[in-house]
Amino acid sequence: MPQLPTSVPLSWYLLLSAVLFGLGIAGFLYRKNIITVFMSIELMLNAVNLTFVAFSYKWKHVDGHIFSFFVMVVAAAEAAVGLAIILTIFKNRQTLEIDEVDSMKY
Amino acid sequence: MDVILFALFAFIAVAAAINLVVQTHPISSALSLIGVMGSLAALYLLLGGEFIAAAQLVVYAGAIMVLFVFVIMLLNAGTEKKKTIKNSYARFFGIPLLTAFLGLIAFIIQAMIPPGDGVVFGKFTGGGPGEVGIKLFTSYLLPFEATSILILIAILGAIVLARKEIE
Repeated sequence: MPQLPTSVPLSWYLLLSAVLFGLGIAGFLYRKNIITVFMSIELMLNAVNLTFVAFSYKWKHVDGHIFSFFVMVVAAAEAAVGLAIILTIFKNRQTLEIDEVDSMKY
Repeated sequence: MDVILFALFAFIAVAAAINLVVQTHPISSALSLIGVMGSLAALYLLLGGEFIAAAQLVVYAGAIMVLFVFVIMLLNAGTEKKKTIKNSYARFFGIPLLTAFLGLIAFIIQAMIPPGDGVVFGKFTGGGPGEVGIKLFTSYLLPFEATSILILIAILGAIVLARKEIE
């Protein structure tokens, strides 16, 4: 049985971040409910934040924390506007399925 | 101890993320996303980011997810309609190709990051509110002010988009 390392390698954090980002992409492409698609985008933003904080630890700088703080602020603004757009879409079309909102496709 | 804590919270994060993707009801997805965010906050603490862990819980798991749950309940969003994947390539090769892709990424990350010191809890203590605040209000003052304008624009945009039309 291989010996368990005493400290976590930095690459494990990056790998976890990559897995979460991949799951976010999968949800973004696979789901049809507009709210779930939006939540997948938030999952991807979270995965990127983990990378920022991990590299901040690696270089012993606080700059990565500031960047991930800004990402959080932008995500909050994006959530407010995006959910207002979802409300407007629902008000006009009575649907949350992204496949039914395709009038700009043709 | 570090490895056990990392493994525990990483497992919770990945399991909740998978649950987010496979659940059909948006409320279940939202609760899974809260689980992901909570375990990520614990991982930030392990990496020495005390301020960012608190902000993650308050801003993300608190404010943003409450907004999501509000909208889900306001719109009375139900379960998705059952759908079939028409593309047979996607049905048979999707998950194996995804696994291969993640394996490739893992290999590249392992090859590119030199095996230096691992992450030890308590080794980096520069992530407290004091250090973040000093950096934020000196070096990053201009971006900070720009984000305040962005927030103002977002508030106005949300009100304009979601307001009730007055006849």
